[in-house]
Amino acid sequence: MQSFHIVVCGSIVPDPLQTLEPVVNSPVPSLKNEMMLPAVLDPWAAHALYEAANLARQRPGSKVWLVSLGPKAKLQQVMMTVAQKAPFELVALDGPSGGFTDASETAAALAEAIQGIAGLDRSRLLLFGGWESASRGAGATMQMTGERLGITDQFQGVDELEVTESGALRILERVEGGRHQLSECEGPPVVLGWATGNLPEPPNNPQVGMANMRMVMPALQRAKPAKAGADGLTYRSVKVPSQRRETRVVKDVPAEEIARELVAWIRNG
Amino acid sequence: METILVLAHVEADGTLGRPAREAIAAARAVREGLAGSSLVVGLAGAGAGAAAPQTASCGAARWLAVEGPEFGEPRYATDAAAAQALAEAASAGLVIAASTSRWARTLAGVAQRLGGRVDTHVTGVAAAQGKVAVSRWFYRQRMEAEIERAQRPWFILVDPGCFQPWAGEPGPVAVERVAASGSSRTRFVEYREPVSGEQTIRPDAELLFVAGAGWTKKQPDGKTHTEQAGALILDFLRKSRASLGSSKSLVDLGSEGHAVLPFLTHMNQVGQTGSTPRHPKGLATCCHGEEPHVVGWRFVNERRAVNLDPNCGWAQGKADVLYVADAFTVMAKVDELLG
Repeated sequence: MQSFHIVVCGSIVPDPLQTLEPVVNSPVPSLKNEMMLPAVLDPWAAHALYEAANLARQRPGSKVWLVSLGPKAKLQQVMMTVAQKAPFELVALDGPSGGFTDASETAAALAEAIQGIAGLDRSRLLLFGGWESASRGAGATMQMTGERLGITDQFQGVDELEVTESGALRILERVEGGRHQLSECEGPPVVLGWATGNLPEPPNNPQVGMANMRMVMPALQRAKPAKAGADGLTYRSVKVPSQRRETRVVKDVPAEEIARELVAWIRNG
Repeated sequence: METILVLAHVEADGTLGRPAREAIAAARAVREGLAGSSLVVGLAGAGAGAAAPQTASCGAARWLAVEGPEFGEPRYATDAAAAQALAEAASAGLVIAASTSRWARTLAGVAQRLGGRVDTHVTGVAAAQGKVAVSRWFYRQRMEAEIERAQRPWFILVDPGCFQPWAGEPGPVAVERVAASGSSRTRFVEYREPVSGEQTIRPDAELLFVAGAGWTKKQPDGKTHTEQAGALILDFLRKSRASLGSSKSLVDLGSEGHAVLPFLTHMNQVGQTGSTPRHPKGLATCCHGEEPHVVGWRFVNERRAVNLDPNCGWAQGKADVLYVADAFTVMAKVDELLG
């Protein structure tokens, strides 16, 4: 049975429930109290990690690496949780994880780290990541990382990967209008930018967590500083739009009346 | 002097889609703001050369085409090869394209090949005094930035729905054929419609209807009424032709084995890990939570909500009208009135 070397690129982002405010006091903007904000593994990258772990479990001999760029202290905090979800080996890069850095510089750092993974078989490589991040949200880093590694079979918005008996990869990608595109690739190496996939978030597994943490802590200690800035990029402005609306609250009104008002609103262009 | 290449892929029927014409409008706006700049149209696809006359009056100085059946297939290797060849042939400093699934999959990689940079999900472009700036959102539509770049080529992918599509008279044009590699290890198999068989996502709909997790919770009689909820929602969608969105929590319930609305998938999800659709109106039902919903509703203009909590953090200050009522009863009446 064919086995894979799966490298998942995934950084950390502020917890989605946090209120975010930009700070523009340097060439690369940041978030107010950025280091204090609770962080999570980027949601789409997390889906990629769960899919990778699931595939590796089905394919004996496969291995999963998680390559993550972020401030070392924040990575350690997030890994305490993520490490309980799925078996992987961490490759940590100590650098900024904010959304205002440039995708090309992040890609350069990631590609260099991947090239440095000992024992990685590039002929069996599946390069996974989220199709976009919850920070920059550009959907550009994975393509650029793939190009730097010479991978020209790339897929974005992936919801499903199937390995056929012949070893070909059948991939379902999101396209316009709520549809999927099905493609077939001869085999690795490929880049897959995952959307949500079909798997639920795995429950915490303390045994997996303990096994992972034996590797995570040394990986964090070994984390190389990575430069990921925004050379040549000028931010003229960054602002949070005014979102407060004057909400008219309608209560103690019969459902018929509400329905009539809604239908009139829907019908009037 | 800046050379602006507008990239478009030709649809299967030989036409240029609305997103491509929006990209042409964006490119024209940039050209008008940059004195001495020129516009080049670059087309890729099976019948790219034959489609070029559709853009005859867009003000382009040159028309380039990479064509052949292999470039009709939506896949990275051939789309990237075509875009690279067109950008090189045009000596483009700015490359503007619509953020279709094909170009979104491809152009960041092409920018990397050519030593350039890319900005995606661009919602506005401005050009004045020799400088170009684009607007795009960060942190899942929570903050908007206006940015400039020094590097060239600069690939700019404009989000569909942000520009009035260009329209003009067709006419004869001189098309320059450009060669590109058509080889790929990947083949396109087919497009697949939603598994539910029910068309619930309609990007062009006037109205976005968002179903929250409240539809599957216990009702006043102490029981859940998921089937009734599903029937009410589908009836509403058929009658109103609305597009269906869902909160993450409702979609997640399905993958966790709970009773859910069977026609909902992650494709319907709006918000932090879903889409941020553009619709003139939005109606939220049984939705709670705050920030993640704000993200999903960023580009919905008129917003109304039906739920039982008058202090709901999502609706207060985010919706224009909040109806404090039972969504089951209200939507049954709405369906009735829509006939």
